[in-house]
Amino acid sequence: MSAAAKSKTRVAAESKAAGELLPEREIRRIMDTVLGLAKKTGADETEVHVDEIADALTRFANNGIHQNVAEHGLTVSIRTVADGRTARTTTNRVDEDSLRAAIESSLALAQSQPKDPRLLPLLCNQRYRSVNRFQKHTASITPEDRARAVRRACDLAIKQSQVAAGIFATGLSQSAIGNSNGLFAAYREAHAEFSITMQEGSAASWAKANSADVRAFDPQKLAQRASEKVHLAVNPRELPPGRYTVILEPSAVLDLVGFLFYDFAATALEDKRSCLTDRMGKQIFGKNITIVDDVYHPLQLGAPFDGEGLPRQRVLLVQRGVPKNLVYSRTSAKAARKKPTGHGFHLPNEYGEAPMNLVFSGGDSSLEKMIASTNRGLLVTRLWYIREVDPYEKVMTGMTRDGLFLVENGRVTSAVRNFRFNQSVLEMLRNVELLGPAVRATGEEAFEMVVPAMKVRDFHFSEVTKF
Amino acid sequence: MYDLAVPALDTARLRGATYADVRVMHLRQRDLTTKNGKVGTLAQSESIGLGIRVLANGAWGFASTDRLTREGVAACAAQAVSIAKASALAKRSEVVMAPEDAYVDSWQSPFRKDPFEIPLETQLALLLAADAEMRRVKGVTLTETDLQFRKIDSWFASSLGSRIHQRKVISGCGIAATSFQGDEIQKRSYPNSFGGQHALQGYELVESLDLVKNAPRIAEEAAALHAAPQCPEKTGTLILGASQLGLQIHESIGHPIELDRVLGEEANFAGTSFLTLDQLHHLKYASDIVNVVADARLDHGPGLGTFAYDDEGVPAQCTDIIKDGEFRGYLSNRETAHLVGLKRSSGTMRTESWNRLPMIRMTNISLLPGTWSLDGLIGDTDDGILMDTNRSWSIDDRRYQFQFSTEIGWEIKGGRKVRMLKNPSYSGITTEFWNSCDAICSRDYWTLWGTPNCGKGQPMQTMGTGHGASPSRFRNVRIGSAFSNQ
Repeated sequence: MSAAAKSKTRVAAESKAAGELLPEREIRRIMDTVLGLAKKTGADETEVHVDEIADALTRFANNGIHQNVAEHGLTVSIRTVADGRTARTTTNRVDEDSLRAAIESSLALAQSQPKDPRLLPLLCNQRYRSVNRFQKHTASITPEDRARAVRRACDLAIKQSQVAAGIFATGLSQSAIGNSNGLFAAYREAHAEFSITMQEGSAASWAKANSADVRAFDPQKLAQRASEKVHLAVNPRELPPGRYTVILEPSAVLDLVGFLFYDFAATALEDKRSCLTDRMGKQIFGKNITIVDDVYHPLQLGAPFDGEGLPRQRVLLVQRGVPKNLVYSRTSAKAARKKPTGHGFHLPNEYGEAPMNLVFSGGDSSLEKMIASTNRGLLVTRLWYIREVDPYEKVMTGMTRDGLFLVENGRVTSAVRNFRFNQSVLEMLRNVELLGPAVRATGEEAFEMVVPAMKVRDFHFSEVTKF
Repeated sequence: MYDLAVPALDTARLRGATYADVRVMHLRQRDLTTKNGKVGTLAQSESIGLGIRVLANGAWGFASTDRLTREGVAACAAQAVSIAKASALAKRSEVVMAPEDAYVDSWQSPFRKDPFEIPLETQLALLLAADAEMRRVKGVTLTETDLQFRKIDSWFASSLGSRIHQRKVISGCGIAATSFQGDEIQKRSYPNSFGGQHALQGYELVESLDLVKNAPRIAEEAAALHAAPQCPEKTGTLILGASQLGLQIHESIGHPIELDRVLGEEANFAGTSFLTLDQLHHLKYASDIVNVVADARLDHGPGLGTFAYDDEGVPAQCTDIIKDGEFRGYLSNRETAHLVGLKRSSGTMRTESWNRLPMIRMTNISLLPGTWSLDGLIGDTDDGILMDTNRSWSIDDRRYQFQFSTEIGWEIKGGRKVRMLKNPSYSGITTEFWNSCDAICSRDYWTLWGTPNCGKGQPMQTMGTGHGASPSRFRNVRIGSAFSNQ
């Protein structure tokens, strides 16, 4: 690499203002630098990922801001291939010496292992469907904007003799991949999130939203919703554990079904650690359950390509309760004699692939209709600390949190102390009686997906806690 | 690196900060895994950058950057001050910081063998040998091994005048065998689940754990679990192995004593705590034989919570948490110490990386050893279940009600381990559980376990914590609840 090119690479990484992302031409310049250096260093093939974030997050508690942060980071991740072996080195130093050192490190790692007979040549250039998730309104939000929104939410809490805690986060990110076979793909997105917990005495309730477009939600409306709900959550009754009909709000549904995603990986079935092992093609869920993986869905975020640069495809995973298809990386597809679906992780890895953009088909019921149709049941706001107890029956344990209510004769009658559940997700998806419209849901256990609220019979609560 | 940190402090002061601290950190990591006899992950990474925390207009701001030039660092410091001034638009109260001295020091965690100097071929050969030993066992359908090494340099500078360099070397390793049969997946791990054991040590940790020798045993146990009887559902006597007890300490003592949780600062995410301020020195947390400390000093051992100074420039300390069963102390920082009557922070501010804000975290939260031998403890147990190696863990957001399951259980009858049990689990209420502890094994059975994956904060930070424990006995515990189906 010439001294002039080296100088340009340095300048590219240092000339932008805080809170902004590098232009695509600068990302390409970093990639070209790496590919040129790798060729001279003796790599047979080279793949480069450049990822950049510019994020900010305002955190509040006790009706005031207590943490307020911003970060900028750019990483260059280099995978070299030499004599049928591959390995990866990642650095956030973009000067020429550091990039050369990273290439040499990657080669040394690669050469330390036996040949990998499953290793495939790098992809050549691909065609990608465009997605537009870079919302300029989100990019323009300032710390003062976030602080003012937080102030309004906290003022509401103070007015209601409540205590607010939460976050308001905004940010930008980009991911790009290039390789020595001429492949190049780049993706940018904006992201915004507001989450609030309102506390009244020992009761708490919660509301959260997440979108590429900060205008898609109103922090004050979320604060208002949590404030009204927590007022209903005071003085909870203790009910005995057992099986109850539950009305799960979308966040509660998400955090449970979110644990299913890796079960749809072809590699998970090959390793016999998926709950779908020996169950493909069988009626294991109710006929009202249909699931696709679809990065192009208007409520989804994420790049339209996978860790090797293959375009992501929409995949029908479950049709009317029957698991129909899996997702495949190039490697697992070749082993299974299938076509890859564009869901592979960065190589090398032992997990293969996963669907990252699950979309459940919804129904036409509303939460109000679900409550009105219930003689006795529980309305669940959100779930917490969910862990897998039995991987094949997909039994999950966890707690209800921030708003559990008794429904009697078609209406909410009281707050209820939180329960621990031990519930098979497979069984739960056989017991769905009503579905709401699918929405972009956000929780704390699973990444965001498009799921509906659900009314589910015979949900198993095993123990009760103290509040 | 102080040539970057000190100008950042200067910029912050000129922009109006009344206090500032800077961390320049350089993190290096190597990850090696195998699966079913083939190399899985083979990766190395490094990250270097600067984070600055400032107090301006009586409120906090933090910014971080990977642009380590004078201009980049100055812009970052100015951004932190701007953010602090925005925070002041919605501040709740004035920040009061406990006094602390200025320190100029350099410290390195002790290790005998630098894991980054051990040939990759040697490291992979070890994993592939352990993997092969597990695959030799009939009925095993998935084998996994892993090694992870980290080297972290941090340069801390504060407007108090502290200049502290610390280097930590961390090693971790583990193996796991999984068996799928019929409609059941069983798994055994060594020396612990979810990545094995991790400590502030060099490659000598890996060598001491003898992965290859232990591989056949755990593979055989994974396959044998299918034929073992189901752990019964009952209320009875429970003996916990040391690694599972380490996680029990983490969840039901370590998190509730974090003062930021207690004060509501984590209410929206990680949760709060049942340990309200009125409980200090009053709550009978545990039985009289239970003594728990938060000890970040090297004297305690090479734990993931061991350091010389925390990320707020406070020297490592040992704090009594539970003394003879009574609740004695919280984990605090300079901002919260005065709220519990302390004149000084207990030194628990820690950050994952240069781009994260330091926050109150566990150090080494350890149960001090008792007097029993393990054989003596089992021999003294007429009817009980020994549970070992965590499989799942969950606790409510105020840390009262928990449920754990483990990979393997052993039925104890008449003072002897009589048979293996599958799908063991137990549950309870934190203080009831700890008050039921009636026997703790001695230092001969005590291990300082490393939990490398403790998540907290927004943006999320993952931190390593240490938990010393030896096998212990608990009475009248609810057993088998995870698989109950009432």
